[in-house]
Amino acid sequence: MSVRRLAEEQPETFAFTPESEALCAEILAKYPEGRQASAVISLLWIAQKQNDYWLPKPAIELVAERLGMAYIRVLEIATFYTMFNLAPVGRFYIQMCGTTPCLLAGSEGLAAILRRRVGEQGVVTPDGLFSWREVECLGACCNAPMVQINDDYYEDLNPERFEKLLDDLAAGRPVEIGSQTGRVSSEPIGGLTSLTTLYGADGRHGPLSMPVTTQARG
Amino acid sequence: MLEDKDRIFTNLYGYGDWGLKGALARGAWDNTKKLIDKGKDWIINEMKASGLRGRGGAGFPTGLKWSFMPKADPTRPSYLVVNADESEPGTCKDREIMRNDPHLLIEGCLVASFAMEAHACYIYVRGEFILERQRLEAAIEQAYAAKLVGKNNIHGWPFDIYVHHGAGAYICGEETALLESLEGKKGMPRLKPPFPANMGLYGCPTTVNNVESIAVAPTILRRGAAWFASFGAKNNAGTKIFSISGHVNKPCNVEEAMSIPFRELIDTHCGGIRGGTDNLLAVIPGGSSVPLVPAHEILDAPMDFDSLRNLKSGLGTAAVIVMDKSTDIVRAIARLSYFYKHESCGQCTPCREGTGWLWRVVTRMAEGRAHKREIDMLLEVTTQIEGHTICALGDAAAWPVQGLIRHFRHEIERRIDDYAANPHPEPVLGVAAE
Repeated sequence: MSVRRLAEEQPETFAFTPESEALCAEILAKYPEGRQASAVISLLWIAQKQNDYWLPKPAIELVAERLGMAYIRVLEIATFYTMFNLAPVGRFYIQMCGTTPCLLAGSEGLAAILRRRVGEQGVVTPDGLFSWREVECLGACCNAPMVQINDDYYEDLNPERFEKLLDDLAAGRPVEIGSQTGRVSSEPIGGLTSLTTLYGADGRHGPLSMPVTTQARG
Repeated sequence: MLEDKDRIFTNLYGYGDWGLKGALARGAWDNTKKLIDKGKDWIINEMKASGLRGRGGAGFPTGLKWSFMPKADPTRPSYLVVNADESEPGTCKDREIMRNDPHLLIEGCLVASFAMEAHACYIYVRGEFILERQRLEAAIEQAYAAKLVGKNNIHGWPFDIYVHHGAGAYICGEETALLESLEGKKGMPRLKPPFPANMGLYGCPTTVNNVESIAVAPTILRRGAAWFASFGAKNNAGTKIFSISGHVNKPCNVEEAMSIPFRELIDTHCGGIRGGTDNLLAVIPGGSSVPLVPAHEILDAPMDFDSLRNLKSGLGTAAVIVMDKSTDIVRAIARLSYFYKHESCGQCTPCREGTGWLWRVVTRMAEGRAHKREIDMLLEVTTQIEGHTICALGDAAAWPVQGLIRHFRHEIERRIDDYAANPHPEPVLGVAAE
């Protein structure tokens, strides 16, 4: 368990944008009549995304009202689930995986860079660009060490690649998401050892191979 | 070594098309109607005969689980819930299924739901898997558009499939915590009985299955139970995705036959142990919750449920975490103790308090800042947690520490001696409480 409290400074109000409202309606349609509470995580998540990746108190109140739930029931969701940020985060919110598989692969080197460049965990840099936290296993262990920045995973890191990634983000240059060494997913480096009859040894020249497009977000 | 023609996940690495067109080319959705027309009893019997054991960690026979569902009752609809809350440290296989071969999962959901007379299925995806969730949602949209699923689908079984997501709680991978979370509550496990098959989602009959267990079902039914059962040792049938991480030259996911010897798995697919086989120290063979196994015991062990249980460990999710001799083994386990402390839901006292206790003591032991008598005390505490909690998180927190003491007590003692032999300004205090 971890202690999580709401930020001291809170905005006065929160309202969903029309786009968020449309998303909420889509989510609510998934659950049977009278079971709208099921949508609570999704609605809080929509609110957080709309509000620069953190969840203010008025948003929690709004979601409670919208779902016909007591405020305390929604507050306890917001404090229980660690993906809800209860205080402002940087424009690039970095979650660094520190659990044993990433630790074995060198996540401490990434943590040292973050401490030097970004500072203490949970503190936003003066330019508003970065903040970071060490989080528990993000489930990309074959591509360790890795971080999640906002929605996206950045994998197969080492100190040099990570510094470059942070430089590119700070300078507003486009970056590639996923593996930073050109792996498509979690295949062995340097050639397939299985599925070669379908994709060839390099994955690109078998009967089922597809032209692989890189994933980039500006 | 498993041949490609016997692999179920033929787009595991995403080199092919994840979409419906690619899935059809690889044989998914191939005359699914024929499977459905054979009836639910045939499906459940085939699943039982295949010997498939649940791929989420516990290894409970999947066909048997399906057979526990009661007859359909119009006032209490049955549900299939797929556990895609993959967060066991070391495990990253369901992610590849969802982003690279989502149609295998969707087809499996239809077949499994039909066998259990469920008309609705929820897939609970962990919150951090955002791209994976979007990919899965896109694939479901394709399936709806092609009338493969939906109220009026070509298979004649009205069926809706929804993607739900969490928000970063490991405990929601426990099936009853997952159901609580899906109902819009904190993910705190429920006491069993009643079991989900009687009182699950919204108080209705529910079966919760792992992504991999569901995704392999259509292929098993199409190719026959005997085909699947022909891989692996007796009682450990089938093929399995292994997630190998840590100190191997090429960490990867790979689908292999069950019971493949550890050495063959690592040498064939992972380029061997970093620094050579002699450099291996220990392996956590089934995700962080199972005890570690030292090098000499694991090297020639078959990777399956029963063999690893005989080594006082387990196959778990088949997440193989490899540690070479450069590893600080006590710190590696201390970090896992921190994980369980962080992820304990706080409901049961032995786990809420005990996980923190374990973490603090093992962390001191990593530095040698402890007394030798504390080793047995620590072991005693793990047995006070194990079996005394509602769910298995307490056990999962206890086992890695037990494995450490079982095999590396000498290493802990050496550190304590080293620490004691060097002068330190602060005395060693046996602090365990907060």
